[in-house]
Amino acid sequence: MSNSTEKIEYVSYLDHKGKYKGLMAWIMATDHKKIGLLYMYSIMTFFFIGVILGLMMKVELLAPGETIMKAQTYNGVFTLHGILMIFMVVIPGLSATFGNFFLPILIGAKDVSFPKLNRFSWWIFIVGSIMAVASQLLKDGPPDSGWTFYAPYSTTTGTNVIMATAAAFVLGFSSILTGLNFIVTVHQMRAPGMRFFNMPLFPWSLYATAWIQLLATPVIGITLLMLIAERLFNIGFFDPNLGGDPLLFQHLFWIYSHPAVYVMMLPAMGVITEIIPTFCQRQIYGYKAVAISSLAIAGVGFLVWGHHMYTSGMSDEARWFFSLLTFIVAVPSAIKVFNWITTMYKGSIDVKPPFLYALTFIFLFIIGGTTGLLLGAVATNVQVHDTAFVVAHFHYIIFGGMGFAFFAAIHYWLPKMYGRMYNFKIANIALVINFIGFNLLYFPQFIIGIQGMPRRYFDYPAQFQPAQVLSSIGGFILVIGLILMVYNLVKGARSGEIAPENPWNGSTLEWTLPATPSLENFDEEPIIKENPYDYK
Amino acid sequence: MSEHNAIHVEEHRDDEASKLGMWLFIFTELLLFGGLFLVYSIFRMQYHTAFHESSLELSVTIGAINTIVLLFSSMTVAMSLTAIQKNDQKRALIFIGITLFCAAVFLVNKYFEWGGKIHHGLYPGSELMALLDRGHHLYFSLYFFMTGLHALHIIIGMILLIVCLFKVKSKNLNNKDYVLLENGALYWHLVDLIWIFLFPLMYLLS
Repeated sequence: MSNSTEKIEYVSYLDHKGKYKGLMAWIMATDHKKIGLLYMYSIMTFFFIGVILGLMMKVELLAPGETIMKAQTYNGVFTLHGILMIFMVVIPGLSATFGNFFLPILIGAKDVSFPKLNRFSWWIFIVGSIMAVASQLLKDGPPDSGWTFYAPYSTTTGTNVIMATAAAFVLGFSSILTGLNFIVTVHQMRAPGMRFFNMPLFPWSLYATAWIQLLATPVIGITLLMLIAERLFNIGFFDPNLGGDPLLFQHLFWIYSHPAVYVMMLPAMGVITEIIPTFCQRQIYGYKAVAISSLAIAGVGFLVWGHHMYTSGMSDEARWFFSLLTFIVAVPSAIKVFNWITTMYKGSIDVKPPFLYALTFIFLFIIGGTTGLLLGAVATNVQVHDTAFVVAHFHYIIFGGMGFAFFAAIHYWLPKMYGRMYNFKIANIALVINFIGFNLLYFPQFIIGIQGMPRRYFDYPAQFQPAQVLSSIGGFILVIGLILMVYNLVKGARSGEIAPENPWNGSTLEWTLPATPSLENFDEEPIIKENPYDYK
Repeated sequence: MSEHNAIHVEEHRDDEASKLGMWLFIFTELLLFGGLFLVYSIFRMQYHTAFHESSLELSVTIGAINTIVLLFSSMTVAMSLTAIQKNDQKRALIFIGITLFCAAVFLVNKYFEWGGKIHHGLYPGSELMALLDRGHHLYFSLYFFMTGLHALHIIIGMILLIVCLFKVKSKNLNNKDYVLLENGALYWHLVDLIWIFLFPLMYLLS
């Protein structure tokens, strides 16, 4: 901050005085950084509600038969856990939090293209979230269809499915607006000299993600509207008794929901691509390959939805075709993994918490990715379809992948967001606990899944008990690790040591700014490097 | 400092960005209706005779009148944009007014069309609908769902154009800053375009 010779006096964005005061200053904020923080606080809140629900399931599964709740309650709990975690945590997660905060900074812009629209998308995110929570509390009882809302059960069950689907619709609208905003921002707001191919790779992944959000979400929107109309007016799009086709619902649902997996994963990959060069002090290996593979994942990701439906009744031709496409979409993901690892080769590696989280991400993502290939192959899929194996696989991808990338991102960027630093030692201890807890929680589920333990069941034969108990213990260990991690981060953000401008010696634009950026990020025109990762 | 603020305001206005944003939003709307067109074509394949018979129940005359009205309104909204670019505030107001009038005519026609069906007991959830066979049932469900969603978009477009109307009146929308009307017109063309697909699918194809 000593070299701040600019004419405008530097004021941190956190201290900026606007028209409103107190809480209103946050709710009415149009600053992309504050909106990013708002998303982070709300998403972390929903995440911990989801964690508590997950823990309730783990306690229920400690012993066969009824342990702490009735079967119907269990159905409600896993449905809410799914809706919260998917629509309110992992889909907005990285792009709305760190995308909002760092996309404009990384491309040298003062804000996103439509700051008011950005604020509006946070508002409707909150409205949708309130609706989702309300669906649990209203008098007909929590929805019990699972987060997938499969027809015809979802059109006939007596529970609050309408409220829950309407909530998902509203949350989808918020996601569309964020995507729209980011695409326009990347096209219109790049600083002079910032071309597409010297843009850092996190913006690249956000750009690819935004296209998925924009093009896939309307499909789930119309599907959920049809589902609501079906329940209200007995229309019969999906009810075979009225001439409809339940498979059609599954197709329409997965046309969105498979690309949505890449809405969760692409920004996570982008974060890792920022962290690894910084802590290896090394140019990212294969910049263009990483950038293009983001677009490739987004593009091919639209064409693989059928692999969720191998056992639902599709023709053999459709099944092998979707299987082939699924194997193809694994290629760009693997390219990224190879490039991350190659970047480390001959680097001067600095083992700090963000880097350790990034390594954990790669480890868990490889397990999740390769088990995903097992599920992509038709022959193995029909054996383990709808078993705990699938549960383990997608938790390795979504929690082990996206979740750990989120933690990596907080540890990486916290000094830039709050201008303070957390305690490294506690962060490392929390990471080890998280790692052990996570693997203990989900790995046994691969094994009992292969042995035939179905997903979404609240009861099981006694032979599965040892693995279930192990898994539950892992759940508790993981929660302890998470609490320790959040405690350390909150303490760091509030009263940690004052962080320097560039604690990790990073080379991208955010590290050229003061420890907490000013309202408009760049009080002077930023100098754009020809190569964003020019370490060596 | 005040000069800096002035520059700053200039910087934050980016008409290109607004238009790009509108185009992207139009993509999402097309995909929203795209899902419905997909469902329509699948059920049409499955129940083609029933769909054919049901489509004969609709009045092609009312549908054709509505098509002409909407096409005409697309022209007038484009003319209002040209007028505002030429700084002709009065003409712009007249043309936006005509567009809104056409939209209202469309909705009134739709009201009578729907009203006729509902009068005969043909509406989603009615007893008559429950008696229909599967193909007819699905056709009329889709008919109400798709035209209903389209009518909702007409209303949204009208609200957008009414906002433009008042802004032209107060001269906040003028020959230097007319991106709002441009976007309103784009949206109106989208509403028109969707109808251009709905009309043959529902009324003509047999």
